Amino acid sequence: MPGPDKFSRFERAILPHLDAAYNLARWLMRNEDEAADAVQDACLRALRFIGGFRGRDGRVWLLAIVRNTCYSRLKRGTIRERETEFDDEIHSPGIETANPEALLERSRDSETLRHALKELPEEFREIVVMRELEGMAYKEIAEVAGVPIGTVMSRLARARKRLQQLLTAAPRKES
Amino acid sequence: MTCEEARTLVHAYVDAELDVVRSLEVEAHLSSCVACARGEASLRALRTAFSNGALYHEAPAGLERRVRAAVRDVGRAEGGRTFALRHYGWGGAAAAAVLLVAIIVRGVLPTGPPAGDLTAREVVDDHLRSLTANHLTDVLSSNKHTVKPWFDGRLNFTPPVEDLIADGFPLVGGRLDYLDNRLVAAVVYRRRQHIINLFISPAEHLADTLPVTQVRGGYNIVHWTKSGMAYWAVSSVSGAELGKFAQLVRDESSAASTPRR
Repeated sequence: MPGPDKFSRFERAILPHLDAAYNLARWLMRNEDEAADAVQDACLRALRFIGGFRGRDGRVWLLAIVRNTCYSRLKRGTIRERETEFDDEIHSPGIETANPEALLERSRDSETLRHALKELPEEFREIVVMRELEGMAYKEIAEVAGVPIGTVMSRLARARKRLQQLLTAAPRKES
Repeated sequence: MTCEEARTLVHAYVDAELDVVRSLEVEAHLSSCVACARGEASLRALRTAFSNGALYHEAPAGLERRVRAAVRDVGRAEGGRTFALRHYGWGGAAAAAVLLVAIIVRGVLPTGPPAGDLTAREVVDDHLRSLTANHLTDVLSSNKHTVKPWFDGRLNFTPPVEDLIADGFPLVGGRLDYLDNRLVAAVVYRRRQHIINLFISPAEHLADTLPVTQVRGGYNIVHWTKSGMAYWAVSSVSGAELGKFAQLVRDESSAASTPRR
């Protein structure tokens, strides 16, 4: 039933969000080529299922597909993430004790921040990417990640806490 | 509000995800609690660090082209017979050979005049471009009363736009295109999953001509003139179906068109 006008729908609803798609894929796959492949894959899937797209938000719809594509690729490949143990109880200082000035100082160095984000487990990393880099609302993030808003909030809180720890614990810039 | 609550809500607070009442509650707590205020400052510092865009990975230059090419391949595999040859190798070649023999045996090889030959090629090119490149339609509507007026003021003639949904050819929309270096109307219809482009422009000669069918690059083309307008219908649907389409348009367009030259 989806006719060739699916190509024009794809053109209008999906293609404008290629940057967002790539950014998320790049952060999930942690590799340029893998990310580009995943995006292409996801786009073809999006094209195939565009009949089911009800035209609310192409970005959310595409990102959900990109995310699924990335996860199945991560699972399939040898590049399965080694899950960093993520224990809030053990890692000490809470946000209330993190030194804002030092933190700001540290995170000015984008490389340190990049490294810290890269080290987060995927399910936390993706939330931060969507919130901080893509500027998405909790509701949109929840839709993409397929979790309740409450989960988005708690993951975001934990991810930020972890980032703050990583940043303040990071050694001074090597170079 | 306790510190515990504030620590949870402060994220939604800096993300502007709280309603006004909740926001004010968090604010009140932050103004009275040094530790939590520090936590908020720390959060904002982290958010600021992300805000310069340094960590954003924009799609590399070639990615859009790559995706478009992949999408185009899908379009061709679904809609075009010639392209099947390129993509499906010898199986496709054999099928094409059988098709060619069938065409020869049935004696419907293209016999159009050389002048129309160039136009026929352009018709197919325009058709392909409409399926794969930037846009199929400038005005997207299945309502002829939306599509027809859209052409007004954009062309120096009024192309007939018909509603053929009852006959299985729903209107998709319209756009402007070029044929023979002239601006023409492209009215887009659909037959199941196949797109039909109908190019319309004022005819060179006023005499009506009957529909002539030709096959080019795996696409069927039907050309005719009527009431001073020249028509080119092109699609991957079967010649018989495109012939039926042409017949319907001819019947419907009786006296519908008026060149304003």
